[in-house]
Amino acid sequence: MDVRAIRQMFPILDQEVNGHPLVYLDSSATSQKPISVIEAVENYYRFDNANVHRGVHTLGSRATDQYEGAREKVRRFINAGSTAEVIFTRGTTTSINTVAYSYARANLKPEDEILITPMEHHSNIIPWQQAAKATGATLKYIPLQDDGTVALEDVKSLVTDQTKIVAIAHVSNVLGTINPIKEIAQIAHAKGAVLLIDGAQGAPHMKVDVQDLDCDFYAFSGHKMCAPTGIGVLYGKRELLEEMEPVEFGGEMIDFVSLQDSTWKELPWKFEGGTPIIAGAIGLAAAIDFLEDVGMENILDHEQKLADYVMDRLSTVEDIKIYGPEHRAALVTFNLGDVHPHDVATALDSFGIAVRAGHHCAQPLMKWLNVTATARASFYLYNTEDDVEKLMDGLLKTKEFFGHVF
Amino acid sequence: MSFNNLETLYRQVIMDHYKNPRNRGVIEGDALTVDMNNPTCGDRIQLHLQVEEGKVKDAKFQGEGCSISMSSASMMTQAIKGKTVTEALEMSKHFSEMMLGEELDSDLDLGDAQALSGVSQFPARIKCATLAWKAMEKGINHK
Repeated sequence: MDVRAIRQMFPILDQEVNGHPLVYLDSSATSQKPISVIEAVENYYRFDNANVHRGVHTLGSRATDQYEGAREKVRRFINAGSTAEVIFTRGTTTSINTVAYSYARANLKPEDEILITPMEHHSNIIPWQQAAKATGATLKYIPLQDDGTVALEDVKSLVTDQTKIVAIAHVSNVLGTINPIKEIAQIAHAKGAVLLIDGAQGAPHMKVDVQDLDCDFYAFSGHKMCAPTGIGVLYGKRELLEEMEPVEFGGEMIDFVSLQDSTWKELPWKFEGGTPIIAGAIGLAAAIDFLEDVGMENILDHEQKLADYVMDRLSTVEDIKIYGPEHRAALVTFNLGDVHPHDVATALDSFGIAVRAGHHCAQPLMKWLNVTATARASFYLYNTEDDVEKLMDGLLKTKEFFGHVF
Repeated sequence: MSFNNLETLYRQVIMDHYKNPRNRGVIEGDALTVDMNNPTCGDRIQLHLQVEEGKVKDAKFQGEGCSISMSSASMMTQAIKGKTVTEALEMSKHFSEMMLGEELDSDLDLGDAQALSGVSQFPARIKCATLAWKAMEKGINHK
């Protein structure tokens, strides 16, 4: 994998920030976009823009072909059995909310339980809190081990006949924990529960095969995998989606409409009310082309090496506290002595290094870690060991600066 | 090593307030209490105000956050103590204008809080600096 050549495909990386070459270490928040994705979106608007599924005219056909072509591309990317199982959404949050509104509210009774973990992003917590409130079901948590992993024995003992939904991140956006999805799916299914995976930090970084994982729902966002913001995917098993009611009603998703009643289009369109995110889907297709050209195995391999490297290097910094397990995805969440993470992030930014600081949309996890905030450096296929060295250098300077002013 | 850019923001007086906060604590008895947080980053402050006959008799704060939010709270409580409610609100307006880098049309003395003027060059940190002032405004306006 030629990272130098890959970097050249990302025009945004070639710039100075605060007088230093940009070191972008915030891809878990959103990834940068390669020129092929930018051009795909631009070309769509320049040459092919039309609404889909209705126009008899040529542009309408082109737009529809590209939009539905993107769906087929996503199907292959995650190895879904059918394009009927691939629903375009606004992003992971909308995907999870669709399941929480439609599946959860229709299937949960007061004696039922939803099982999640404290490492979840808010978008995989709050939809379930709301579904529990609406149905009287109970929201339960699988405890975390000291290193921020989930023990399968705990999952086994907590998944009971009452458990109807298990929802868990593929990869934690804070700890970098990679969860054992296949094993959790077996445990959930043995008790008749469905399993939803928040794949926001999974799909961009590793090959996802939803049939092999045997998850019932898999949610992810385009913008964390080189595609534009505003496009995401909800994969669901066909037999579940067939039984589910749409969440949004209006144009695009109907079959017949009469004065008092209407019927829905078939899958997947019944979940895509309104003019869909056409340019976003086309951008996502271009992003998948880009990622597959590089190769998802190569990307994972590159990131695993970077993850090991960054852990080796950062653990040598005096007073640094790193959160999460040894074996992890390519992100590292940390605190630097007594310096508040916002101050760390501002200092690093002054050296051109972009990291995230705050609670990372995971307040329950911050509480579990017993901190109010942390800093996070996250890596993607375009990052290099040189970026890690610049981060090291930036952290040492940050320590020097705050050591000096304190 | 030169830290010119950072030194614009982290002036000595700011770090002093962060390390040695003034008016940290609670006011026992009859005081206004305002809780405010910055949901995007987790900074949070609880402000106690004792207002009598239109004057801020006492102000104390507690909370957690970065050097900018905590030093600003320390400086704010110091600045408004003994001032009338109207003066305190005017100072808050003045402070907000300073954060936006605007030309100040009054010559109100914000005391040590003046040292936070450099924050205007760090847009991502303005909310940290204004948190305590917003809490004070909320407390006084809801009284």
